[in-house]
Amino acid sequence: MLSQEKLIFEKSRKGRVGVSLPRCDVPGAPSTLLPESFRRSEDPSLPEVSEVDVVRHFTNLSQLNFGVDEGFYPLGSCTMKYNPKLNENAARLSGFSNIHPLQAEKTVQGALKLMYDLSTMLCEITGMAGMTLQPAAGAHGELTGVFLIKAYHRRNGDEGTRTKIIVPDSAHGTNPATASVAGYDVVEVASNDRGNVDIEALKAVVGEDTAGMMLTNPNTLGLFEKDILEIAEIVHGAGGLLYYDGANANAILGKIRPGDMGFDVLHLNLHKTFSTPHGGGGPGSGPVGVSRRLLPFLPTPVVVEKGDGYSLDFDLPDSIGKVRSFYGNFGVLVRAYAYIMSMGAEGLLSASENAVLNANYIMKRLEGEFDIPFSDVPCKHEFVISGEKQHAENGVSTLDMAKRLIDHGVHPPTIYFPLIVHEAMMVEPTETEGKETLDRFVDAMIEIAKEAKEKPEIFHDAPYTTVVSRLDETRAARKPVLRWTEDKG
Amino acid sequence: MRYIPNTDDQRSEMLRTIGAGSVDDLFSDLPASAVLEGKLDLPEPMSEMGLMKHLNELAGRNVDACSQACFLGAGVYDHFLPLVVDHLISRQEFTTSYTPYQPEISQGTLQAIFEYQSMVCSLTGMEVANASMYDGATSIAEAAFMACASTKRNVVLVARSVHPHGRAVLETYASLKGVTVKEIGYSDGTLDMGDLKGNLSDEVAAVIVQSPNFFGSLEDLKALADEAHGVKALFIAVSDLLALSVLEAPGRLGADVVVGDGQSVGNAMNFGGPHFGFFATTQKLMRKMPGRIVGETLDRNGKKCYVLTLQAREQHIRREKASSNICSNHSLNALASAVHLSLMGLSGMKEAANQSLLKAAYGKERLIETGSFRSAFDGPFFREFVVFSDEAPRSINERLLSEGMIGGYDLSNDYPELENAWLVAVTEKRTKDEIDRFVSVARGE
Repeated sequence: MLSQEKLIFEKSRKGRVGVSLPRCDVPGAPSTLLPESFRRSEDPSLPEVSEVDVVRHFTNLSQLNFGVDEGFYPLGSCTMKYNPKLNENAARLSGFSNIHPLQAEKTVQGALKLMYDLSTMLCEITGMAGMTLQPAAGAHGELTGVFLIKAYHRRNGDEGTRTKIIVPDSAHGTNPATASVAGYDVVEVASNDRGNVDIEALKAVVGEDTAGMMLTNPNTLGLFEKDILEIAEIVHGAGGLLYYDGANANAILGKIRPGDMGFDVLHLNLHKTFSTPHGGGGPGSGPVGVSRRLLPFLPTPVVVEKGDGYSLDFDLPDSIGKVRSFYGNFGVLVRAYAYIMSMGAEGLLSASENAVLNANYIMKRLEGEFDIPFSDVPCKHEFVISGEKQHAENGVSTLDMAKRLIDHGVHPPTIYFPLIVHEAMMVEPTETEGKETLDRFVDAMIEIAKEAKEKPEIFHDAPYTTVVSRLDETRAARKPVLRWTEDKG
Repeated sequence: MRYIPNTDDQRSEMLRTIGAGSVDDLFSDLPASAVLEGKLDLPEPMSEMGLMKHLNELAGRNVDACSQACFLGAGVYDHFLPLVVDHLISRQEFTTSYTPYQPEISQGTLQAIFEYQSMVCSLTGMEVANASMYDGATSIAEAAFMACASTKRNVVLVARSVHPHGRAVLETYASLKGVTVKEIGYSDGTLDMGDLKGNLSDEVAAVIVQSPNFFGSLEDLKALADEAHGVKALFIAVSDLLALSVLEAPGRLGADVVVGDGQSVGNAMNFGGPHFGFFATTQKLMRKMPGRIVGETLDRNGKKCYVLTLQAREQHIRREKASSNICSNHSLNALASAVHLSLMGLSGMKEAANQSLLKAAYGKERLIETGSFRSAFDGPFFREFVVFSDEAPRSINERLLSEGMIGGYDLSNDYPELENAWLVAVTEKRTKDEIDRFVSVARGE
């Protein structure tokens, strides 16, 4: 029974309590300790509810959400694979969750060993020389990586002249945003008619002002940049560094390593490739790996092995400094470590192979019904459908089809991205789905294509099975209501 | 491979449909010279039983705050965490979902974030809050750059009594973005007003002050905000959500932005992460605020509902013109905070805050009574305080550890001038017996 929930504030009843704290057993009164000028003049509006009110409220809210555990979530570029339950238990072990980051090193040897071993394994998987586990998300990893590029040029005395970062037009939106936030000018390079970086266009823009190039491989069209070695040569030849956006790394585990392709710096999205949950939008974790020449610039501290144990090394004179508090999203690191230890080398390879097989299988089966640009070559872990035909012939947009998919019990794929494909819908099944699920999805998509031809009008109001439908986003942005206020009731 | 369902037969059938001879054919576009030869050098895969045993063994090598009374703070606190919080945030619909791009099937996350934003606004006394940031330190840096963008100025003044990690992250970001950061000294544990006045100019974009500050001391936010506004700089207050249930809302004292780390409300210590950062500001600065924001709207049937909004500021629309590159945030940690605040409610939050206040004051008084410690600073404080000792904090902490307690923080790590200064945190979780025992072991009894 799905129904909307009132806000928790609207369930509040004065005097109701949800916890019982022990009575204070030390003498004194707060009023004597806190001068009037520091005390709140008005109580904050926090709800007054019982434990059962809270449990029901958030349980009911959870049921208005769709998660990987209940169904297919082929959200392209987000790698919504199954999140193993073991990982959750692991992260909640008291020896991991109840430790303070500033405890004496000898009292956290297990945690430091886990971090050290995880870094080592991630270096092996990516072919990089060193790794920091600090960044809190993929985009944070990107920023850290671009800072490392900047620090490198700074030390070479090139910071003032190398002012541009090259980004393909198929890039994730975070790439140009990151480069810009880090103070670089962004130069976009067009894709060629095969969906790859246009080598001639690249040659035309690289030069003495190139600080680096940000690239994901396979790219957001799901295509492997097969000229990658040449791209690396061109960028390096101009004195630039090559950045690997690891958002699509799930397609290449155990097959090819960014370090071996010539990348100098990369980030990994542990919440994508390494199966840690996305949490409704985080926490993520975005470790950054570097080639040997960027090692001196890694953020402080790094975990090092000493004769008798593990230690945090803060003494890195060329380091870019700190990019966040403490050492990273440790709870997420524990989950990723557990995943790699469950899978081993063969498991990771099998994950990539099955992710790629699944994507190609769906792409092949949908070929007759939808426009699929670049379907003549194998895709990697994802591919892009264009809904242009349905839009032109029947007036049914990709957004309409996405909303209709919800009625079929599927979380819609990523839509309107990458920007270079009209009416794009980006499908990423991941390896944790079996053929039965893929077939059900294909059947739903074929049914939708049929509906688009026969009764396009039904798309207008889809979805029909959800608690709310077709939200007025313009109203939300024009007249922002961003908080509950008491007088509104 | 327990997480991968396809069988060999299914794989063969799928390859036939695709028209490929083998899975390798699907990777034929990889450049042969770079393809990995052989297997990755990783440990052999472990069974569930074997792996849990291994993980338990690793976790067991750590001394945790469940078995030891923790008096360590310095930005991460051992506060009461009701069991219900973890039960609710563990629900798979929350943990295994993504950023709520499809609001029809994400109302749970969206409404919970809306409630979280409302609570943060109310506690901070601000008009708008975003849906969370990575942590307190990165929130400080983001707030500083928002101030630079909004004032079109390039100098940021930050109190030296702000958490060292906040200052360090600000410094990292600023040095690569061409922003100048100047630190303002402290005197008697709070910001040195004379030093601030000497550094204020019409180039200053923001003044950043934390209260309770890194020493636990409370700053006179009103006076500092007035100084910052005197040169048309923004005033950024760094705060703590738990403390704000009893301390005056910075919004009422003149703050333009209130940020901080939310760990103290709803999140375990987790060896430093994940936690979350909160970020609240005024209506005026709303469209310059980084991060995701949830707003209320109506659906096609006129039902009230929630959706991500004000996305024009974000990376996936304006790309290279984005004000910040943040996309994923720490939504689940913010949810934990909303659940925690709901459960504790007004009375629970005030009780936890008041007990932290009282117990810290009791602990400080008892330490000083021993004659082995003297107070470093005089003014009012919350949850945490600094004492000087003749003995090095490291050595006191060793003794405490051998008696089953996690001692305080050696401040000379970050403030060389504060030799033998010991930062001690006492939360509502500590009992009088624990505090008494802590005091007697600390003095060397």
